[in-house]
Amino acid sequence: MRLYDLAKIVRSKNSGPFEITLDILFDNKDSYDKVKNSNILTKEYIAKLYKTDVNKVTCLTFYDQALGIKATLARKISSGTCKDRDVYGAQQYAPLANIKID
Amino acid sequence: MRQCRILAPCAMLGYGFPKVSFLKGMELKPDAIVVDAGSTDAGPHKLGAGVGIVSEMAYKLDLASLIEGSVKADIPLIIGSAGGSGAIPHVQWTKRIIDEILAENNIKGKRVAIIWADIPKKIIKERMNENKVETLGLTVKELTPERLKKTNSVVAQMGHEPIVKALEEGADIIICGRAYDPAPFAAVAIHKGVDAAFAYHAGKILECGAICAEPGTGKDCVLGIIDENGFTIRPINPKLKCTKESVAAHTFYEKDHPYILHGPGVVLNLKKCEFKETGDGSVRVTGSKIDFPSIYKIKLEGAMLAGFRTFVIAGIRDEYTIANIDEIEKGVVEQVKDYYSGIDKESYEINFINYGINGVMGDLEYVTELPHEIGVIIEAIADTQQLADAICATARSTFLHYGYKGRKSTAGNLAFPFAPSDVSFGAVYEFSVYHLMEVSDGMEMFDIEYYEV
Repeated sequence: MRLYDLAKIVRSKNSGPFEITLDILFDNKDSYDKVKNSNILTKEYIAKLYKTDVNKVTCLTFYDQALGIKATLARKISSGTCKDRDVYGAQQYAPLANIKID
Repeated sequence: MRQCRILAPCAMLGYGFPKVSFLKGMELKPDAIVVDAGSTDAGPHKLGAGVGIVSEMAYKLDLASLIEGSVKADIPLIIGSAGGSGAIPHVQWTKRIIDEILAENNIKGKRVAIIWADIPKKIIKERMNENKVETLGLTVKELTPERLKKTNSVVAQMGHEPIVKALEEGADIIICGRAYDPAPFAAVAIHKGVDAAFAYHAGKILECGAICAEPGTGKDCVLGIIDENGFTIRPINPKLKCTKESVAAHTFYEKDHPYILHGPGVVLNLKKCEFKETGDGSVRVTGSKIDFPSIYKIKLEGAMLAGFRTFVIAGIRDEYTIANIDEIEKGVVEQVKDYYSGIDKESYEINFINYGINGVMGDLEYVTELPHEIGVIIEAIADTQQLADAICATARSTFLHYGYKGRKSTAGNLAFPFAPSDVSFGAVYEFSVYHLMEVSDGMEMFDIEYYEV
């Protein structure tokens, strides 16, 4: 199953102009646990997906209370300057959405 | 039990809110109306150019309702990050509009506070020399004296301290320069004697209006009820409901970490929070914790000019043109450079964005099949507007008639939706300052000015 179909919310947004943060939220514990326990989501995996160095992925955290997963990475180009393609960073989750979870 | 009620009318001053929701919210007897007007979301241009995020018409429309409500109920109205970026021109713009509304409605006997958030470059330079300025983010460039000099203006995000001070001084309307988004909300609760952890966590939810509800919207009201044991978030419009997921999800929103949130002089730890639905569409939150680091740091924001932009929008429907797009782009850039051989090649650049291929994701796009048509943006960025106009025009005409191998559409490669086709856009900025600076306390950098109406 694709992560996009399993999760209730998959989104991306600037967290400040120099970072993009990716949120995956679930409406049931089973789906959340399934993704969490799959161990697919690691800083290394996010770095590969976003073609960046693993040290540029500053956060990958599971927040059980909110049934949510957050990953944050440094932007290669800061928001709203030359060559940025997504000023709000609101459409940068597509690579994440396509992850297959068995 | 100590309790504080704050009405948040919308996510952004100028986004608007249903009048019915606002009036119903006012019936719930809030202690203050607080609205956030700021964001860096729209990029560095607003700060660099000294312009607002929303239109003056919308800004005034919202402010007029809020002032009317606060005057009628005799409660304070607080505006966070006035004018969007919260620098001098944004604060002055907000003050002018508020003064107009007060005069037009013959409102008198009100005390207005302005809290300035501009940081003089001289002070930043001094603190740089004392190693008290650090970058905030792995790709933030180092702040050199040269980059600081090029920066138009620098603001810092204030915490609750100066806003609490203005409340203590009896201000009815408080215009905050750049503020940490939750701080104006937190200030009201802290002023009422409520724990800072609940005050800031509630502020973090409230600053976005009803985005924390389902369906989420930045254009409707929520009430925050903050007390000694936690806080409750209550949507006003009966069509909106808060769920434990929606409020917990909002704690996440646009922050780098899900439960550790850094603000001026504070670190929120929300790991042990509990979110409970109370059955009436509200959500109760408990367990928020706060730390006060021994060194007080404020976040500086500054923007500098990066160049001037001219662009053209066009469409391509020809399958051969789409298939050969990389080669065409390369050829166009080469021909423009040859044509302007007398002009420094470092003084301009040509960029292409191809919607339908990889317009949104750039080199992160993983879908490879080509569509039947694409939208193209040809962009020139240059040291002057005149040069950007010239480069863009030449790139456009070269692209239009570019003869690649196997071309059948020899009359033209681009469909322009508009005449004229080129948009001489203006200045492009870059966040040149996004740094933390050590200060002695939350009051040091934020001067408060009062006047009576």
